[in-house]
Amino acid sequence: MEFSNIKSKFPIFRQKIKGKPLIYLDSANSSQKPKLVIDEISRFYETEFSNVGRSVHTLAVKATNKFEETRDLMKSYINAKHREEIIFTKGATEAINLVANTYGEKYINTGDEILITELEHHSNYVPWHYLRKKKGAIIKFASVNENGEINVDEFKKQITEKTKIIAFTHISNVTGTVMPVKKVIDLAKSKNIPVLIDGTQGAPHSSLDVQDLGCDFYAISCHKMYGPNGLGVLYAKKHWVEKLPPYQGGGGMISEVKKDEITYADSPTKFEAGTMQTAEVVAFAKSIKFIQNLGIKNIEKHESNILEYGLEKLRKDNSINIIGNPKNRASIISFTIKGIHPHDIATILDDDGVAIRAGHHCCQILHDKLGIPASARASIGVYNDKEDIDVLSESIKKCKKVFQI
Amino acid sequence: MELKELYQEIILDHAKNPRNKGKCEGYNHDAKAHNTLCGDKVHIYLKLDENKNISRLSFEGEGCAISLASASILTDTLKGRDLQFSKKVTDDFLNMLKNKSKITLNSLTDDQITTISSLSGVQEFPMRIKCATMAWHTLLSALEKKV
Repeated sequence: MEFSNIKSKFPIFRQKIKGKPLIYLDSANSSQKPKLVIDEISRFYETEFSNVGRSVHTLAVKATNKFEETRDLMKSYINAKHREEIIFTKGATEAINLVANTYGEKYINTGDEILITELEHHSNYVPWHYLRKKKGAIIKFASVNENGEINVDEFKKQITEKTKIIAFTHISNVTGTVMPVKKVIDLAKSKNIPVLIDGTQGAPHSSLDVQDLGCDFYAISCHKMYGPNGLGVLYAKKHWVEKLPPYQGGGGMISEVKKDEITYADSPTKFEAGTMQTAEVVAFAKSIKFIQNLGIKNIEKHESNILEYGLEKLRKDNSINIIGNPKNRASIISFTIKGIHPHDIATILDDDGVAIRAGHHCCQILHDKLGIPASARASIGVYNDKEDIDVLSESIKKCKKVFQI
Repeated sequence: MELKELYQEIILDHAKNPRNKGKCEGYNHDAKAHNTLCGDKVHIYLKLDENKNISRLSFEGEGCAISLASASILTDTLKGRDLQFSKKVTDDFLNMLKNKSKITLNSLTDDQITTISSLSGVQEFPMRIKCATMAWHTLLSALEKKV
């Protein structure tokens, strides 16, 4: 598949926004969906839909097989060792909440430490905050340096004998910093501390091999991988899925239910209570195949070219302040313009059909540290090209004209 | 809807040089609000005297041009006005953005009406209406809330 013609695979680009072509630079927020994913949802509902894992009729078998095929595909895509290590959730947020509620409930107690970082999205802080309140645990933050990076030595400084889990992002959704995941995991392993990686931004933009990484948990957001909304994946190492208690109670996750005792199913069923997203899981297989057809290495290269082009172009304008300067950066440029609030930038850009995000991007800790209330963020996906950056750059000039800067 | 109707000269002027910024002396009512979506903040301070006049009125805050201009215009228009009148102007302002009605209060000068009405362009930008209304809702809270 060619990147040059890729917008044609995404029906959303057929429309005009305010009479202009859509320049979608908000993929870190959510990615657009290729037609084959959208079509698969209709096809499944029209021909194969039934609830999965329960009935024995023909449709139930078809639906269950399709559902479980995605699990197998995901297992091979991230190179997990066992299929029961792949748990479907409603998103990366729920994946992290699952770990905080099960691992945290069982292993984290008063005075124990949870090590996260200043780069974390609220979804990798708030669930741990609940645990802090409930259990009297302590949350420590690895500090970000002036470039927006956190090196392994900073983690080393923060780890103590009380550290019970290290949870951090693969790629920052504000600075685009690619974290030294492997190094931190190796360090944690040497001290026997489990690691959760928030892969929300990592999974859509980099090749993944969870066995090579060696992390205990990896949280994935499917709607940022050109897949359906309302779906996430938690990778959890086999020995954890065996040891951890169930997350939510309900149908499907049990083994035997008596009036005085309940036993639970094995993973992944143990963690998938109630009727799961069905068409979403089935259609997500098409998203993975779409990424595989393009080749994740090619995607990395394609996005990196556009990112570098964008950074170079925006750096030429002195009034633009790009947030962070990490050596290793992926797909995200957040910036501010002196004298123009990010919300005003987003409104003016929208007038040119350019979709970006403005705000704190669910990273208030980082914005407080940077001393800015908000930033504007352009984020890149497979369908972007250098012309999109040119339009962005021209539109930024218009912001300054409107504000007479 | 043109962008220039949203970012009119009057709005840019108030956004760049907000009036009545800071804590006013001797304030006896205040309230603050925070837009969790975008991080905009506003804190309204006012002194309500024994005759129910808002003798002093100011704000602190950070945010986009629309929210700063709106808070600045609010303080400029209602400073020195009585309680009932201020509530009426606030109602009219909120109705202007909600129902596209015009502001026609007799005791406002034409200049003041033009200034307040400059924010009516926000109607066409649904995601930005909250930016314009936050200060006014906060004023209503402040009037109810003694220090």
